[in-house]
Amino acid sequence: MAAGTTIIDDTKLVQLKAKDFKGKVEPDWCPGCGDFGVLASLQKVAAEMGIQPHNTCVVSGIGCSSNFPGYFNSYGMHTLHGRILAVATGVKMANHSLTVIGTGGDGDGYGIGGNHLTHTSRRNVDMTYLVLNNQIYGLTTGQVSPTSCTGMKTKSTPFGSVETPVNPITSSIMNGATFVARAFSGDPKHLQMVMTKAIEHKGFSIVDIFSPCVTFNHDNDYAFFRPRVKKLEDEGHDSGDWKAACEKGLEWGDTIYTGVFYQVKRPSLDELEPVLEDGTPMSARSEALTTEQSDRILSRMM
Amino acid sequence: MGTRNFDFALAIGGAAGQGIATPGNILARSFVRRGLHLYAYNAYQSIIRGGHIFLTIRVSDQEVGDHGDKLDLLLALNQDTMDRHLGLLGPGARAVYNSDTITPGEAGEGVQLCGLPVKELTNNDRNKLVQNTVALGAMMHLGGLDFKVLENALTLQFKRKGQEVVDQNVAVGRAGYDYAVANFAAFPDAIPTGETPLAVWTGNEALAMGGAAAGCKFYCAYPMSPATGVLHWMAKNAREAGIMVRQVEDEIGVANMAIGAAHAGCRTMCATSGGGFALMTEAIGAAAMMEVPVVFINVQRAGPSTGVPTKTEQGDLWQMLGASQGDFQRLIVAPYDALDAFNTMAEVFNLTDKLQIPAMVLSDLLISEGTFSVDPAKINMQPTIDRGKLIREGSANGGEYKRYLHTDDGVAPRAIPGVEGHMHVVSTDEHDEDGILISDEFTNPHKRRKNVERRDRKMGGLEKEVAAPELEGPADADVTLIGFGSTIGVIREACDQLRDQGVSVNHFQVKWIVPFHAEAISNVIKNAKRTIIVENNHSGQFYRYMRSETGLDVDGHIRKYDGEPFMPHHIVGCVQEQLAGETTHSVPYQEIMV
Repeated sequence: MAAGTTIIDDTKLVQLKAKDFKGKVEPDWCPGCGDFGVLASLQKVAAEMGIQPHNTCVVSGIGCSSNFPGYFNSYGMHTLHGRILAVATGVKMANHSLTVIGTGGDGDGYGIGGNHLTHTSRRNVDMTYLVLNNQIYGLTTGQVSPTSCTGMKTKSTPFGSVETPVNPITSSIMNGATFVARAFSGDPKHLQMVMTKAIEHKGFSIVDIFSPCVTFNHDNDYAFFRPRVKKLEDEGHDSGDWKAACEKGLEWGDTIYTGVFYQVKRPSLDELEPVLEDGTPMSARSEALTTEQSDRILSRMM
Repeated sequence: MGTRNFDFALAIGGAAGQGIATPGNILARSFVRRGLHLYAYNAYQSIIRGGHIFLTIRVSDQEVGDHGDKLDLLLALNQDTMDRHLGLLGPGARAVYNSDTITPGEAGEGVQLCGLPVKELTNNDRNKLVQNTVALGAMMHLGGLDFKVLENALTLQFKRKGQEVVDQNVAVGRAGYDYAVANFAAFPDAIPTGETPLAVWTGNEALAMGGAAAGCKFYCAYPMSPATGVLHWMAKNAREAGIMVRQVEDEIGVANMAIGAAHAGCRTMCATSGGGFALMTEAIGAAAMMEVPVVFINVQRAGPSTGVPTKTEQGDLWQMLGASQGDFQRLIVAPYDALDAFNTMAEVFNLTDKLQIPAMVLSDLLISEGTFSVDPAKINMQPTIDRGKLIREGSANGGEYKRYLHTDDGVAPRAIPGVEGHMHVVSTDEHDEDGILISDEFTNPHKRRKNVERRDRKMGGLEKEVAAPELEGPADADVTLIGFGSTIGVIREACDQLRDQGVSVNHFQVKWIVPFHAEAISNVIKNAKRTIIVENNHSGQFYRYMRSETGLDVDGHIRKYDGEPFMPHHIVGCVQEQLAGETTHSVPYQEIMV
């Protein structure tokens, strides 16, 4: 079957449209939430790239943005808080023919799930991780998050946060991610370009997406980002330049960069895994051992 | 089991790093090759060098389920071992040691001291491990074995290191053998031969092989004693058995990765000990809510917390029963020994696939790190594999698919990602038949109730699908001993000893915790004259569970929680003191300091 098509009836192949990736229910996000833009962008990109819903698995954690799989037509897993990458690694390695996409928030990915981000990055699991970063805990009604700016007043930091936020860009580069990018929900065209590159990338791709929370974060809203975001490609940034990527990633002030900071080719975990040498996904293999396998295993005991 | 005509126990003691494993392996292999049964228990500590390690190997012409009560032969590799154990040797026992470095203390009557002048015999004072081979030579003579047995074993052990190493070891072993022939009396009964050659495996190897045979295609773990042996077997055999093996950053990651792989269609398992299991528990609830079948193995060690990492206990039963928040369905099984652990894996994989609920296998250090002899003919590497209502193929025009359809038996057909026409979301939030969340916007108490009841229907009549515990011994016995899981061997042997002492006793051992054969067990308790529960923990975890499920009490308790396993005479002594009316709650005294 050609990419970008799915069987509607036995004789007719149809190009999927963005609306074909709409889930069974409408999102229950607050009006104006940045997550709408991310969802619409992924639906558009999926259609354009010819992704097939049944060969795709979207894995989320817990949080506003983690309701994502319910709004997207594909296989989906709405898992535990912070465990997107562990679950997604299991899915991908069990069936590496699937397109695996993780969707979750900054608290989920950089806070409670931070350990998995480090290790999934270095393992170079072939998947795309979209972090809908709103710099606040929204579903729990507004507490400080790992990406909240120093000084930010929230319900859990009424006198202002004294902590330094995590930098997902430089952290991911240091952790060994092979594709590190940032985008802004308020610029869907650019977001879609970055998403496409991320999904096309063979290996672990992370896209930190500014997805403003209009209800609980009044510091980092659309008005904050619009004048600040600058596209790396407009400045001729070389995404193969590790040092430049780190330098651009550290920038946070009047200029905040979006685009692909860093991209490098390195074999992904499924390409390196010896048990996958013959190419058949684990999930498609027969469970039963052959008599020859059984005999060899038993003979080693003697 | 037939009459035990031959029953011989030897122990090797020393510090970590003194090379106890090698002579232990050589001896164990030599015994099973002769067709003898054995069980080996290694008492050790969480230390790479130093401490005190004490390996007990009990050999018999009949099956062996515990390490017994007495020692016939002690090989002391250091002074500390001699000081700790010599006084516990009884008449007829032999103590073998390097007389250059070890001074025996006061030996009991009838104990033969077999000092070996290692330096003189080997012209070697550099390689400290040489004393082990000299001792092995001497032990061949003491056991009435031909030196050829050791020569073959040494050749097998060292052939990878080259002929020179083999020759050196054989020469050294020969020197020990010849010296023993000239100076020590052999045991009156020579070590016999059995009918067919056997093999050895640990409980962890059996669990791993059981998983492989049951079609496990994805194994992930974080190293943790005493469960690491499962990971080692899996890693070593992954390519042969076609299993993907992943070492993950923590047990939270392990459990969640396992869920991902299982949801994608692989039979998946993971093993850990209590601390790692604690980290997994949130994910176990997730597996239950999403209805993804995964097998979780908990190899118990003495807790709480880091506890005593290298010691055994049956202290995690309530952790399994209470693992994860909420009210959900689970399978819990506590296998008896290595072969039973092997067979349990196929059974539990079939059940977890059939019911789409998480399964927990409750092993412990005693089984998992114990070495058991096994007849390879009894290992069925191709058991029945039944994946239940699994959908692996479909088409886009197959009609509406509901992942959580309200079926009569509570189990809905499960499609895996990649199947056309069956897209759905599995979620840890409560959800409707079609997977849509009813936890947020669409909260609905009636649907919630239906879901809870649908999931619970899976458990209806489930106990009929697993074997009920069987009463061993006369139905009208004066004493009924009750145990669960790994204590089966030692309780059986205690029963034999009690019968020899004129006590009428029977025994039943429980393996399935959930589902629980409450009715069958109630009948046994109601008809028993005096019931005594034997368990390897302090608070009577199994007793309290059994009482909650049957509403019945028992007459006495025997509990051990010092980290060391029961020996048969511990149970015998406790039963006798309870029969004498001294107490209803016995705690045996651990004589051996390890």
